[in-house]
Amino acid sequence: MTKVTLATVWLDGCSGCHMSFLDMDERLLDLMEHAELVYSPLVDLKTFPDMVDVTLVEGAVSSEEDLAKIRKVREHTRILVSLGDCAVTGNVPAMRNLFGVAAITERAYQENVDLHPQVPREVIPALLPHCCPVHEVVNVDVFVPGCPPAADTIFFIVSELVAGRRPDLSGLTRFGA
Amino acid sequence: MAQQIMIDPVTRVEGHAKVSIHLDDNGVVDAAHLHITQFRGFEKLCEGRPFYEMPSLMARVCGICPVSHLVASAKACDAILAVRIPEPAAKLRQVMNLAQIIQSHALSFFHLGSPDLLLGMDSDPAQRNLFGVLQQYPERARDGIRLRQFGQQIIELLGGKRIHPAWIVPGGVNEPLSEERRDQILAATPEALQIVQRTLDWFKRGLDQFREEIQSFANFPSLFMGLVNDSGGLELYDGHIRIVDATGHIVADRLDPTAYQEYIAEAVEPWTYLKYPYYRPVGYPEGIYRVGPLARLNIADHCGTPLADQEWAEFRALQRGAVLSSFYYHYARLVEVLYSIEQIEYLLHAPDILSEHVRASAGPNNAEGIGVSEAPRGTLFHHYKIDAQGLIVWANLIIATGHNNIAMDRGLLQVARHFINGEQISEGALNRVEAVIRAFDPCFSCSTHALGQMPLQVQLLGPNGTLLDEAYRGG
Ligand code: SF4
Repeated sequence: MTKVTLATVWLDGCSGCHMSFLDMDERLLDLMEHAELVYSPLVDLKTFPDMVDVTLVEGAVSSEEDLAKIRKVREHTRILVSLGDCAVTGNVPAMRNLFGVAAITERAYQENVDLHPQVPREVIPALLPHCCPVHEVVNVDVFVPGCPPAADTIFFIVSELVAGRRPDLSGLTRFGA
Repeated sequence: MAQQIMIDPVTRVEGHAKVSIHLDDNGVVDAAHLHITQFRGFEKLCEGRPFYEMPSLMARVCGICPVSHLVASAKACDAILAVRIPEPAAKLRQVMNLAQIIQSHALSFFHLGSPDLLLGMDSDPAQRNLFGVLQQYPERARDGIRLRQFGQQIIELLGGKRIHPAWIVPGGVNEPLSEERRDQILAATPEALQIVQRTLDWFKRGLDQFREEIQSFANFPSLFMGLVNDSGGLELYDGHIRIVDATGHIVADRLDPTAYQEYIAEAVEPWTYLKYPYYRPVGYPEGIYRVGPLARLNIADHCGTPLADQEWAEFRALQRGAVLSSFYYHYARLVEVLYSIEQIEYLLHAPDILSEHVRASAGPNNAEGIGVSEAPRGTLFHHYKIDAQGLIVWANLIIATGHNNIAMDRGLLQVARHFINGEQISEGALNRVEAVIRAFDPCFSCSTHALGQMPLQVQLLGPNGTLLDEAYRGG
């Protein structure tokens, strides 16, 4: 039997949702008997495969690079899961929207600086004017709130999805859980 | 005309970091830079929020080392309250901080580093991860998972949650430790000790295979900075700042951490979102210093726990003066894990550790507060100013990984000079570029996000931007 393919993607989050994924501890090893992690910050494969069965996304869409990436991931994913409050609502990264990109870069790169104050613009991708949740730019199939969702919750949803079922999340998580 | 080689992305997957290597007119490497490609703006987005929210908010800077941000942030808030927190609360915060050092170092060493160390830098990228290690070296992979779990479970036992617990608060912690939980932690320590001891044994035995890496991985003189305690020993929670040079001599000692602006300054460069802190008296970029496990073992006179002291002495005997190769960050991490387990045991045996008195209360008494502690990757600074209502009006953070920014560039330069010549990118160059950054274990999630190993796409660009060569590695 071919294994279900699983990917995890990291946009603008704190990596806490990925750490909670790792907090499945030894259950992770059981899970990997039925699923294969084909693309993730945790493995070395670089190219997003042609088609992945389940992709978990951590983080909000914050830079031009995030936007390009999530569009590409959506095209090549059957079931896209928004994992955690940043992906689901924008959460902490979207707090910058109250101030705007100019104000946050000004604080970091003009004000709190001793030498060469300037806003970095070479090579690196520009920030989007508005940081937004994942479903604002692509279609999302499953929403898993929590900051981060507990390892038990992640284990449950991934096990269900790997078994070909749609997980019922009611009662398992809440915003900021 | 000068040329530029781009390595993009250098993250394991996400592409939040890139590397560029600049050639001069004669095709000789004359500069190399790490580009951090993501920026979140915590110093501004916290504005207008009550200061007592800061620990919980600032923990969201990083899910790998949230406890470090909790600690530094809560200490800045303690200063705003102008309280001295109860001694048991300080001890409990330390236990959680040490537990986080353990889980973060375990992640860096086992989940991210061990595939290279065990399977080899040139092994099949499809296998070169924790699950690949599990197939070939199941004991090692399980050790890594168990050790990380040990740290995470302590955090959960103390704070009710493994990631972003809301337990460390301004004035102390919000719940005392129960006897039952204390005993649960103590019951788990022997296994953790055994894991780190057998890991140190095989790591040290295998060091000979990595001679070339040891020689070329950001192996150069620099200053080293970190906290030490009153007796000059390893310190991760409080203490004062010490700076030593490459010969191991103390350059500055007993610096007040809250006066950081007197000796640390920050520069901006146009090609990266990560600023370049430097040692102010020496200037930029000559004021290069390193922080983190390697630096901490270099600046300290001892660790202060029996087993770790033995390992520390052996570690320092690697080199006269300071230990300079950044490859040894891996080694230093294991010594710190050993220390952390011993120190947790020691703290949990303190007579007042179960005290109910764990929080001091006060309103805001100072308009400004600075909190400093040692995160897994180095010294962390949080600095806030509030208005009369206690709302944040300004914040400044200096993140551990940032301190190493000049050193990471310099390490890239060292590797590039050695391995890049002409218009071809060799496999050797790719390997080394990847590995030298990884040795620092940069926590890009504090500034961007890259976990461990980095697949590389290297582009060697000609004078007019034409592609001379392209190399690709990592899958
Ligand atoms: S939801 Fe919370 S834990 Fe997950 S990335 Fe966002 S801030 Fe981090």
